[in-house]
Amino acid sequence: MAVLDRSLESSPAESSARVPVGSILHDWVVTADHKKLGLMYIASGLVFFLVAGVMASMMRIQLALPQNDFLGPNTFNRLMTMHGTTMVFFVGMPMFFGFANYVVPLQIGARDLAFPRLNAFGFWMFLFGGVLLYFSALGSEGLYGAGSTPDVGWFAYAPLTSRTFSRGNATDYWILGILLSSVGSTATAINLVTTVATMRCPGMTLGRMPLFVWILWVDAILVLFVLSPLTAAQVMLLFDRFLGAHFFDTQAGGSAVLWQHFFWFFGHPEVYVLILPAFAIASEVIPVFSRKPLFGYPIMVAATICIGMISMSVWVHHMFVVGLEPGANTFFAASTMAIAVPTGIKIFNWLGTMWGGRIRFRVPMLWCTAFLLEFVLAGLTGVILATVPIDWQLSDSYFVVAHFHFVLIGGLLFNIFAAIYYWFPKATGRMLDEGLGRKHFFWFVLGFNLTFLPMHVPGLLGMPRRIYTYMPGRGWDAWNLVVTIGVAVQAIGILYFLWNVISSLRDGEPAGDDPWDGWTLEWATTSPPPEYNFEEIPTVRSRRPLWDLKHPEDPDWRWE
Amino acid sequence: MSTATAAVPGGLEEATGPLGEDRKGRVGMASLIIAEISFFAVFIVAYLFYLGKSATGPQPGEVLKTPVVATICLLASSVTIAIALRALRAGSLGGFRLWWLATILLGAGFLVATALEWHELIWERGLTIATNLFGTTFYSLVGFHALHVTLGLCMLTFVLVAALRGRLHPEDAERTEILSWYWHFVDAVWIAVFCVVYLTAR
Repeated sequence: MAVLDRSLESSPAESSARVPVGSILHDWVVTADHKKLGLMYIASGLVFFLVAGVMASMMRIQLALPQNDFLGPNTFNRLMTMHGTTMVFFVGMPMFFGFANYVVPLQIGARDLAFPRLNAFGFWMFLFGGVLLYFSALGSEGLYGAGSTPDVGWFAYAPLTSRTFSRGNATDYWILGILLSSVGSTATAINLVTTVATMRCPGMTLGRMPLFVWILWVDAILVLFVLSPLTAAQVMLLFDRFLGAHFFDTQAGGSAVLWQHFFWFFGHPEVYVLILPAFAIASEVIPVFSRKPLFGYPIMVAATICIGMISMSVWVHHMFVVGLEPGANTFFAASTMAIAVPTGIKIFNWLGTMWGGRIRFRVPMLWCTAFLLEFVLAGLTGVILATVPIDWQLSDSYFVVAHFHFVLIGGLLFNIFAAIYYWFPKATGRMLDEGLGRKHFFWFVLGFNLTFLPMHVPGLLGMPRRIYTYMPGRGWDAWNLVVTIGVAVQAIGILYFLWNVISSLRDGEPAGDDPWDGWTLEWATTSPPPEYNFEEIPTVRSRRPLWDLKHPEDPDWRWE
Repeated sequence: MSTATAAVPGGLEEATGPLGEDRKGRVGMASLIIAEISFFAVFIVAYLFYLGKSATGPQPGEVLKTPVVATICLLASSVTIAIALRALRAGSLGGFRLWWLATILLGAGFLVATALEWHELIWERGLTIATNLFGTTFYSLVGFHALHVTLGLCMLTFVLVAALRGRLHPEDAERTEILSWYWHFVDAVWIAVFCVVYLTAR
């Protein structure tokens, strides 16, 4: 334990001498350090998030009024495709890998991931996959002359993606951009699985791993199973488009439904790949700010593994309207409802953690608390949609759009914000401003609910998703206007967030090594941590090694 | 505080379990193999799903012959690579080079047999990837397997060159064994392909 003490004492000692920009840039490009790569993942995820957010705002402006002509149908299709693709593959995934990269080695007391150079490879494949997707705006001629981004929707159903219906190369950019970034993501997942399996510091048994590490480990294993089927399906699509193969060519006997199966076999587990990091963050933030150890740790681990496994057997609930046989519909409706059970257990355990705790409502905890409320709502509409006859009615309506935005914003994004506020001091040595953070929280949560709560209603009233305009007098007008106003309110929150990050980077309050009085190993080293993380590899004896260090009179290992 | 460390109940040494940092290559390769298995599973599902659904001929039963030579080559190469590794562990670099070379030759023999098969299918039977669903699924599945054999051969050759230049030592047995896992995996995929493609065609 002298180990930890020494690294606690050592100061950041950042030299204030001016370093040329070129050499800083060079350092970041050639780096294989997990912390730098993690920050690059998060930063590029944030950039893609802003771009895709602007796209969403443009679509909402178009839909604010009936028969609006702010955007044409072609532009609308491209925006909707790029928004969905970007948010899933180039925002959600890098946030997962970014936080996993930065935090996992620190929490398990390692100096880096198992394969640092493979880690750099994974990041650059991801980033250039995204760049390639956006290059389509310049590089692909498309049907409409120069510059056409993909417009086939983020799940790119066959036969819309065939040569006949998708001329030009926009769809090829969609395929190749995602394919490249998927290869990178698979590489990083392999890296994470190996790191957690083999690089844990002495004493850190599986039962003593922080739950954050546990959940991301299960998540990385899930990526191994589900991402390469997407790659395979996209290769098939490329063969169809370039070699004249017939995988999804209905005229030669190929099946458009098979694409749906392949896509959603990836696509639904992908939702869990995205949401599990949110669960991981909540499991880290809620105990620290409730001043209690996590309630029901073994059950949480079991629930995570259950979610990982069941998530691979629910994909057909995206396809109820296809008209599969009743047996298939029944099975997948049942499995979809079953996955709500381990998720409910998690909600229960987070509440159990807060119960009777001395809760400190700092900004990270505010986000996690809001997450609990919003995510329960998201889960409830999910169970509603799992009911086959209701899905027949509501599939491809704005009800579904509202549902999955509740999951991905109220579930994932809220926790991403929590994580940024929580670990920003560790990564930069400075606190994010609490006041600006509260404004960010207030406006964004208000705007989120103003956008997505009313959005359920036009869906129930029959408004289909992916339409670029609608006729007045169907009862959708007022709801759509409110939804668009909500987007503007969310934008205020995002502006506060950006201002907070920029101003706190410059002159935020110095954080010290352990601003939250945390319990996991990342708070045992300096902020920001040195390149080698720990001067000496620490040893742990319980799930809360830092608690043991701070309270030698009452260490956890006496009770665990 | 290091004295306190020793006094802790349930010591620290055994705590991390059997997977230490020296095993990271194994875990990494096993993870890669999992990802590859689910990649091939999709092509196998597609093959089975479209079996007998081609709108036009030829059908598998009309053109496919059981690839006896290719199968023997590939299965035998899994045995020779294991013998080569045993030789390396025993410190016999000569034996390693011999059996490793045999593995490469058997792998190359498999590729030659595949090339001959494809030549016959394409030029004499007129079956290409664009002919019908059978051609589409057959060439994708068998082609991706052959691609993996080719990649494996490149890596095996890399090791052989290192061995011939005297850069390979018995301490490298662990790394070499991890590479052999990949080779066994390619072999196992072939067994699946053999059952799915060639046995169903009889």
